[in-house]
Amino acid sequence: MEKLVVIGAGMASGRMLEHLTDAAAPYQITLFNAEPRGNYNRIMLSPVLSGDKTYEEIVTHDDQWYAERGIATRFGEHVVGIDRARKVVTGQNGEVPYDRLVIATGSAPFMIPVVGRDLPGVIAYRDLDDTNTMIAAARPGAKAVVIGGGLLGLEAAAGLQMRGMEVVVIHIMGHLMERQLDPSAGYLLQKALEARGITVHCKGATKAILGEDRAEAVLLEDGTVYGADLVVMAVGIRPETRLANDAGIEVERGITVNDQLQTSDPSIYAIGECVEHDKQLFGLVAPLYDQARVLAAALMGQPADFRPVQTATKLKVTGCDLFSAGDFADGPGREDIVFRDPGRGIYKRLVIEADRLVGAVMYGDTADGNWFFGLIKDGTDISEMRDTLIFGPAFQGGGSVDPMAAVAALPPDAEICGCNGVCKGAIMDAVLAGADTLDKLRATTKASASCGTCTGLVSQVMALTLGGEVQTADCICGCTDLAHEDVRRLIKAKGLKSMPAVMQECGWSTPDGCAKCRPALNYYLLADWPLDYRDDRQSRFVNERNHANIQKDGTYSVVPRMWGGVTTPAELRAIADAADKYNVPMVKVTGGQRIDLLGVRKEDLPAMWADLNDAGMVSGHAYSKGLRTVKTCVGSEFCRFGTQDSTGLGIRLEKLLWGSWTPHKVKLGVSGCPRNCAEATCKDVGVVCVDSGYQVSVSGAAGMEVKETELLVSVPTEDEAVAVITAFVQLYRENARYLDRAWKWTARVGLDWVKAQVVDDLEQRAALVERFEISQSVYRKDPWAEHAKPGARDEFAPLIDLRLEAAE
Amino acid sequence: MTAETTEWLDIAALDDIPPQGARLIRTAEGCVALFRTHDDRVFALDDRCPHKGGPLSEGIVAGHTITCPLHNWVFDLNTGLAQGADEGAVRTHPVRVEAGRVHVAAEVVARPATARNAA
Ligand SMILES: Cc1cc2nc3c(=O)[nH]c(=O)nc-3n(C[C@H](O)[C@H](O)[C@H](O)COP(=O)(O)OP(=O)(O)OC[C@H]3O[C@@H](n4cnc5c(N)ncnc54)[C@H](O)[C@@H]3O)c2cc1C
Ligand code: HEM
Ligand code: SF4
Ligand code: FES
Repeated sequence: MEKLVVIGAGMASGRMLEHLTDAAAPYQITLFNAEPRGNYNRIMLSPVLSGDKTYEEIVTHDDQWYAERGIATRFGEHVVGIDRARKVVTGQNGEVPYDRLVIATGSAPFMIPVVGRDLPGVIAYRDLDDTNTMIAAARPGAKAVVIGGGLLGLEAAAGLQMRGMEVVVIHIMGHLMERQLDPSAGYLLQKALEARGITVHCKGATKAILGEDRAEAVLLEDGTVYGADLVVMAVGIRPETRLANDAGIEVERGITVNDQLQTSDPSIYAIGECVEHDKQLFGLVAPLYDQARVLAAALMGQPADFRPVQTATKLKVTGCDLFSAGDFADGPGREDIVFRDPGRGIYKRLVIEADRLVGAVMYGDTADGNWFFGLIKDGTDISEMRDTLIFGPAFQGGGSVDPMAAVAALPPDAEICGCNGVCKGAIMDAVLAGADTLDKLRATTKASASCGTCTGLVSQVMALTLGGEVQTADCICGCTDLAHEDVRRLIKAKGLKSMPAVMQECGWSTPDGCAKCRPALNYYLLADWPLDYRDDRQSRFVNERNHANIQKDGTYSVVPRMWGGVTTPAELRAIADAADKYNVPMVKVTGGQRIDLLGVRKEDLPAMWADLNDAGMVSGHAYSKGLRTVKTCVGSEFCRFGTQDSTGLGIRLEKLLWGSWTPHKVKLGVSGCPRNCAEATCKDVGVVCVDSGYQVSVSGAAGMEVKETELLVSVPTEDEAVAVITAFVQLYRENARYLDRAWKWTARVGLDWVKAQVVDDLEQRAALVERFEISQSVYRKDPWAEHAKPGARDEFAPLIDLRLEAAE
Repeated sequence: MTAETTEWLDIAALDDIPPQGARLIRTAEGCVALFRTHDDRVFALDDRCPHKGGPLSEGIVAGHTITCPLHNWVFDLNTGLAQGADEGAVRTHPVRVEAGRVHVAAEVVARPATARNAA
């Protein structure tokens, strides 16, 4: 009988041995395994970790199984070498000769090379010993940090959490399981994990594991520190190829095999995660089972070819119902179909190419997963059922997306009317008690009775309660039925802090929005959650993305800030130098009391900014929906008519407000007396100084519309003027529609309501000022300096310049 | 495109292009923009809007569309065709991503020389 030696008693070789011995193949078999045990179902380690199963329950082959099949087992013994010339395998306890050899060594966890990774208490998640180490460490209340938010890391996190540990997951990418999920599904998964008490930290890069004698904490690049009694590294795996390498068999990333799983040495085969077939590696069992079948056939001299099939992923964490299959990689000609049900937390996305389904991601309801997977594998032509495809096989006509789903999904205590603090439940109660019109409802609950921006949502809640139709207000764009105000309200009521969160919970019909809604959502999120949300450059219009104004020939203009329109000889020299150095074709004085350098090439922007920064100047935000300029006159400092220091006040306001993002641009003017040289009364906010103090007026315009400001309040002191103006700007930031200038917004909500907030209600005024300051702690900084840093400059240059090569 | 096998040029790493963003390749006949969509697909189109020459690479990438920064025309990245009521087309170029690297067809670069000689 031929001698067959198998290295590694894992899931792939286990299945292969079943096929071989079932067919009574005439081999004398020796099986090595480094682990001191035979084959068990590795993928069920997660239920063992969580306590749902015991090790005994997941053993696939026990001693008796091996004995009955005459397999000689050498468990707990590493193979340390293969001598191909003599055809012997060297184990720790001696040699075994082979005629045919199967390498099935699986893979080794990748440990990221950070300081402290060798400390006790830092482990990987691969085998039963790791699992037992985790179980032993899992005292209730103890802290665990899991590095890696992929399948393995999340299963470890869930298991440890079920054993009572406080668990933090650190993930380097923007959303969990990014290889299987898109941001929307990743958001739902994160929400589900957070709901069960697991902390998820995305975009977190581990810097070091801290501790003296054992792991005590994990330090991230951003400075965050998480205490840790246990650190689990689950950042990826590498094929275990050391034996093959040493033996001189061909290895790329894995051991290279042909369609018969044969290596470059004809008497040696390899199977499982240690192999590379057709440039592909493997990390899930389904294709390995196919390999097992093919290799058994090959060893019995039967024809068979290994052809990898697509795989589907599920996560074995109860309560996290996700499914992902097929191909999301590049390829032109693809289209998406998206379905979201915010109420039930469902997201489904199908990717279609040439009338075939090529990929599917689902969260929340994965019942149809296998049906979709079947369509993908079979390449079924879906053109006939395309319109209803996403509703699954059971769909029999009817059924459509419910525009009120987002409101229906709100809990009763969600605040609908922000002005009067009226929640959804109170509105429903009032409606049921007879308030069946908007007027009656306003009279009884005061909902939508103040600024009125929540009227759309209130009507929807009414319609929901009464079961009637509601005509939806003017929606943001084709991606949603909701109006701007509705979305702003829902962002606050539901605590939505990311773009995928808004799109999911408000039932967006596209995977990632459009050029209309994305800039608006980006603004709403950063205005409402300044500390949690990070500005998304790719959701900004070109000027704000590049921090300069694009001109009609594709060049840019650069306008440094001149506080209150005041400059110095040194600044003027630096501006003149920059104009010379970068061949600026035109230097112009703007209407906003500063200097514009026009015609700058995009790739010169960062260097020019750095030069201006060196002279102490910062961005003038001449391109932003944000604070533009504060125009001043010389005021009491020099002018014989001046009543107050208008220049000083203007500078103070500009230094306070600069850098803030607003729904549309904001321009201020401060004049030192009613002669009004700074033309303050056609600005968004204008101050006219008088002997008795400061007249603050708002909502002027001098564009396509020309409109005089309306008086907000007269105050005796500069401090009060500053507080009222700050509160006004913050109220505008918190409530207006994106791209509504202040005058449009006050026309919608009424100046009386605005006065009530920032003039009459002193507490509210102070709260607005405080919230503005919190936001400014993030945004009162120079974007030019950020982008002029070495390393941050690259995006302003082309990837590659092929003009020279082409000319050759 | 001809039937002969395409020759590919390795241009950059996928990660050099921001997700939902674009970067440029400068060629003698004008710039070609590489767009990376939310699902990590990459498309190559001329960086010139057929309307009034807007730099498409500076627009907003959403789904598989690009919105021109100048007057908001929307183009399908797959076909280069203007969407909705607008009419026009942007030239698309062969591009592929392999092992995290972006490759464009060599003809994208070779093209200008011939174009100029012919002129
Ligand atoms: C916790 C966990 C959960 C998982 N969940 C899923 C899932 O839900 N779905 C899915 O499809 N996949 C899942 N996987 C992946 C799946 O388990 C692997 O794809 C599969 O086990 C690989 O099989 P294998 O035979 O190649 O390697 P393994 O099963 O790892 O077996 C290799 C064996 O070889 C031994 N060995 C290595 N080197 C030597 C040597 N020099 N001498 C002797 N013996 C050696 C090792 O000790 C090991 O026992 C999971 C993995 C883990 C760790
Ligand atoms: C001694 C008193 C005054 C001084 C020192 C003064 C100073 C100035 C200065 C320095 C400017 C800026 C000019 C520029 O940017 O180019 C200006 C602009 C202006 N002044 Fe006066 N001014 C005085 C009186 C007045 C009076 C009495 C009026 C109107 C009744 C007036 C109306 C204006 C207007 C409308 C502008 C804006 C012009 C523009 O922006 O193009 N000024 N003033
Ligand atoms: S507004 Fe009054 S104080 Fe200011 S410069 Fe004009 S005249 Fe003088
Ligand atoms: S130039 Fe592109 S839309 Fe006008």
